Amino acid sequence: MNWVNAVIQGMLLGGQYALIACGLSLTFGVMRIVNLAHGDLAVCGAYLGLVLSSALGVPVWVTLPLLLPAAFGAGMALQLLLLRRALRHGVLAPVLVTFGLSIMIENLLQVAATADPRGLNGGALALASFHLGSGITVSWLFLTAFLTACAVLSGLQLLLSRTSWGRKVRATADDLDTARLVGIRVRPVFATVAGIAVATAALAGIFIGTIGTFDPLTGTDVLIFAFEAVVIGGIGSLWGTLAGGVALGVTQVVVGEVNQAYAVLAVNLLFLAVLTVRPGGLFTSRQAVREIQGQGAAG
Amino acid sequence: MSGPGAILEVSGLDVFYGDFQALFGVSLSVSRGCATALVGANGAGKTTLLRTIAGAQPAAAGSVRYDGADVTAAPPYRRISRGIALVPEGRRLFPSLTVEENIQVGAAAAASAGWPLERIYDAFPMIARRRRQRASTLSGGEQQAVAIARALAAGPSLLLLDEISLGLAPVVVEGLYETLSGLRSAGATLVIVEQDLRRAMDACDNVVCLLEGRVALAAAAADVTSDQVVAAYFGEGQL
Repeated sequence: MNWVNAVIQGMLLGGQYALIACGLSLTFGVMRIVNLAHGDLAVCGAYLGLVLSSALGVPVWVTLPLLLPAAFGAGMALQLLLLRRALRHGVLAPVLVTFGLSIMIENLLQVAATADPRGLNGGALALASFHLGSGITVSWLFLTAFLTACAVLSGLQLLLSRTSWGRKVRATADDLDTARLVGIRVRPVFATVAGIAVATAALAGIFIGTIGTFDPLTGTDVLIFAFEAVVIGGIGSLWGTLAGGVALGVTQVVVGEVNQAYAVLAVNLLFLAVLTVRPGGLFTSRQAVREIQGQGAAG
Repeated sequence: MSGPGAILEVSGLDVFYGDFQALFGVSLSVSRGCATALVGANGAGKTTLLRTIAGAQPAAAGSVRYDGADVTAAPPYRRISRGIALVPEGRRLFPSLTVEENIQVGAAAAASAGWPLERIYDAFPMIARRRRQRASTLSGGEQQAVAIARALAAGPSLLLLDEISLGLAPVVVEGLYETLSGLRSAGATLVIVEQDLRRAMDACDNVVCLLEGRVALAAAAADVTSDQVVAAYFGEGQL
């Protein structure tokens, strides 16, 4: 029964990867920004959760009503003050800016919080688990992370497909120049997308800090997994991102069952294999790939 | 052609793409309720002029006045809410959005008098049937109709149309121009970029010909022969 257990644990782990990755996917899909500081922003969320929950003396979940709006605001500020200016100088400038931001965040965190690994106070939820048949134990915390990821992705999908805000976001992602031309105010669209991306990253950071430990350099590892989930799932497809995260998680846990030393290597090999065989990602339709390539050729 | 009835007055417009100058001191006046044909060879600056009037391209010098107000520095969404809408060259629909969503996006910055969906579907019955389809699955003529509908959703008083007949079958083009004449009777002001000179002169009151970024001819359509326009088109008879 070890294999069934490994697959279940892997799927639950994949939910966490998807939760981190959805903001990255959104940022790239709408603004064409590859945010190399995304993982570090998630870690910042974890540190903010640590500060708030120790100051108030409550489990970190209680601080979410403060933390998530703060992260949303930080994301908007990041877009309006920094990335918006970088975007004027072509596609490479935002990559360099977010790379620099990543290094700054990591070093500032080391100065402010030392390099000691930290954990978050997850309250009773962090220790609870239930049995699912023989030999399979599911942690409530892992299940909560997975269900939260599903809820966040469904919520985003609904916002994008059903609201006038979502319509503007999709139109802007399709064709920025024409979006401006038909009267969409692109600045607030970009700012809210960045706000949501950073808020979801911070939420993912809270789960990272409750499930394991984090230090100022954790963001780089987080970024790699998030990035791989986005690419495997197919850029711009939110459900693909969940599937990508699950593929990564299952690979990691199942291979880890055989030999822990090869777990992360297997994940990276899976990523390489998908890039080689289906560079557009597993869940991108052929038409979407053609459209992306067509836009590239036209632009 | 300037006068108190002018809804749009462009004067001394210079527009650059980087170091390349596309328009040189272009002036143009469009009277309320009139249709103006904007003609000229490829690269003469027709699309640039329309984009500058719509606010998609900044002007290095000169001014754009609309309905008595200077809108030279206004972003596109402000011009749209004042009543200027552009149907861009190549239709430029949002491919992943449905037909209806494309039209709804056009209403994002609409003036209070934006066209409701029912009125748009009455005017374009062929796209009403396809409202739930992705815009990228439509035929060229249907896509062009959606592009015009998207502009109408903003309730424009001045409609700028860039090469709406390009690549379409003559019977489809006929239908589109019938729709335009319906818009004119409803009081809209039109500026039409059109390759087909005869169609342009038949459909419009005035004709403006651009040559290498400058106005080579501006006259009432009834006052000029197509030979005179062709001469301006190719720059013959100058100097």
